[in-house]
Amino acid sequence: MAATAPPGVEAAFGAGGDGALAGLRWAVARDLRLAMRSRAELGVQLLFYVIVVALFPLSMTPERNLLATMGPGVLWVAALLASLLSLPRLFATDHADGTLEQIALSPYPLEALIAGKVLAHWLTTGLPVALLAPLLALQYYLDGESVGVLVAGLLLGTPILSLLGAVGAALTLGLRGGGGSLLALLILPLYVPVLIFGAGAVDSVRAGLGATANLSLLGAGLALALVGTPFAAAAAVRIALD
Amino acid sequence: MALNWTRYASPASFHPLAGKLIPWFGWGAAVLAAIGLWLGFAVAPTDFQQGEVYRIIFIHVPSAWMSMFLYVVMAFWGALLLAFNTRLSGMMAQAIAPTGALMTFLALWTGALWGRPTWGTYWAWDARMTSELILLFLYLGIIALRQAIGEARRADRACAVLSLVGVVNIPIIYYSVQWWNTLHQGASVKPTGSSMEATMLWGMLVMSFAFWFYAIAVVLSRVRSIMLERERSAAWVAALPEVGSAR
Amino acid sequence: MLEAHDLAGRRGHADLFAGVGFRLAAGEALVVTGPNGTGKTTLLRMLAGLSAPAAGEIRLNGNKVAPYSQELRSSVAYAGHLPALKDELTAEENLSSLVQLAGAPVAVPELRAALDAVALGRRRNLPARVLSAGQRRRIGLARLAVLRRPVLVLDEPATALDAAGIDLLAKLVHEHLDRGGVAVLATHQSLGLEPERVRSLVLGG
Repeated sequence: MAATAPPGVEAAFGAGGDGALAGLRWAVARDLRLAMRSRAELGVQLLFYVIVVALFPLSMTPERNLLATMGPGVLWVAALLASLLSLPRLFATDHADGTLEQIALSPYPLEALIAGKVLAHWLTTGLPVALLAPLLALQYYLDGESVGVLVAGLLLGTPILSLLGAVGAALTLGLRGGGGSLLALLILPLYVPVLIFGAGAVDSVRAGLGATANLSLLGAGLALALVGTPFAAAAAVRIALD
Repeated sequence: MALNWTRYASPASFHPLAGKLIPWFGWGAAVLAAIGLWLGFAVAPTDFQQGEVYRIIFIHVPSAWMSMFLYVVMAFWGALLLAFNTRLSGMMAQAIAPTGALMTFLALWTGALWGRPTWGTYWAWDARMTSELILLFLYLGIIALRQAIGEARRADRACAVLSLVGVVNIPIIYYSVQWWNTLHQGASVKPTGSSMEATMLWGMLVMSFAFWFYAIAVVLSRVRSIMLERERSAAWVAALPEVGSAR
Repeated sequence: MLEAHDLAGRRGHADLFAGVGFRLAAGEALVVTGPNGTGKTTLLRMLAGLSAPAAGEIRLNGNKVAPYSQELRSSVAYAGHLPALKDELTAEENLSSLVQLAGAPVAVPELRAALDAVALGRRRNLPARVLSAGQRRRIGLARLAVLRRPVLVLDEPATALDAAGIDLLAKLVHEHLDRGGVAVLATHQSLGLEPERVRSLVLGG
């Protein structure tokens, strides 16, 4: 990485870097490397997703039609919970060991660093959940087209969960009780539209309507979240460090 | 002459101003509520479809309006706090949250009581009721976040960020719930009698103003307490006549 | 180069200090001392740009700087109580990651030389988890040496360091001041700095 010295810094000293892209790359690379070093934890999160999905049929008569009707909703709620479960760690470990201070003081824009962390979070939680969904959809007797729409919805919707979740995770940093249940209270209401459009997409297909409207709305939501949440999360991180 | 409104942004000068305003809004709320209830319960005619039970509308609709309005006002104070870092803004936002939550709860409660005789059920997954429920969760989240943080300055700013994220999301949530509702329930429950009697409308308007005045009075008196609590070591608090005479 | 005027610090309801001011020219260090709870950390965090002063202003090269301003973020190297190390990464990976985060170019030979200089050369491939507190501190010293930022803000830098570690710290600060940098240190160690280069500030005195 070539960096040029910004004005005001004498040549005798190291140069400060700039550029949102470099910051984003740093955060993605580091968080992915850390995630790879603790793969077991990622596996546990996916298992949680699998188990939650498998619990619902056990709580009722596993009747084919009923399960096919409930399936999309159950898979989505489980995805919401899996995302929520992994969120507290997004900033908490960096906060506890002092790295978050260095991240906030980095010459790279904090918003870009946070966007990178969120991307890494999605790659390690949301993406596996979306890829695992077809397998679990078999337990709910969903047909091929429904499964395709379910996965498309999860691919569009789970990044929104990570982005919104980052704001909640930053707001609850360092609070009593680890912030886990408080985080759920803050974030789950905001997840409602994602749940509705995501599960609604599959319902529409099953009802013979196209899924385009729901998926487009999820896409629009993703665009909005991409633009807004890194700034909100950056503000929240600075507030937590003050 | 330009009014120097920033003067009132300092707690020391806002505290006495709020003290003077509270009786006006408090009594205003009482008088308006008396007129509104009289209009609603004595003057307005019985609804030809729902009978007397519709009269809960005079509480239900104003509280639902206030619940949404207060959230926007709270987010507005939050935005002011983040933009100008004025102490008063955070205190105002803190003072509004409980009243907003109360209004949301009232709207849900009266909605359930109204739903039982008209729809035959306390709870329906109606778009309005569902969004109102989510709004209650948003309020409770803000109150809980403040409780968990404890330190006033950080709590103010964190709640401001959360309320701004919430205010962007409220229309999206409302729209999504409506979308979901029309997809799943072909025949949605709608308020009957689109042609509303003039007296009913007047009753509802007057009651809305009563709720509004009540909210202002309560928020101002709560913000006075918050000011005293937060600035207890400040010179202006020690100089207050009621503090001085207590010594 | 670094000045502060009339700074006031507050934590919750408690006023920690007020009217703190100083002026550091190139090559000078400010040593902040005082009993626990008098606001040393609060003051250093203000100078690093992590929190806003309750009153007063901070100037860098004559320009007033706000918290998180670009100028502060590209000229200050801050080391707080927490080492900012990841247990899962090796010493070298930690150093490389922190240097990169600070926007500086990463040259592997330079990083290894810096680790050699703090006597961690043979342990550079060990995960930070197995290093002692003092060795973890030394990774922090290597970071400061590689970054060469013009302003050092170090909060209790001598904690957990042994005699040899403190010598390394003293050498780092000396070289930094010789290069014309400024340093703010909250420490009770003398570090052998020449009195004419040192301003001292006693909080809560």
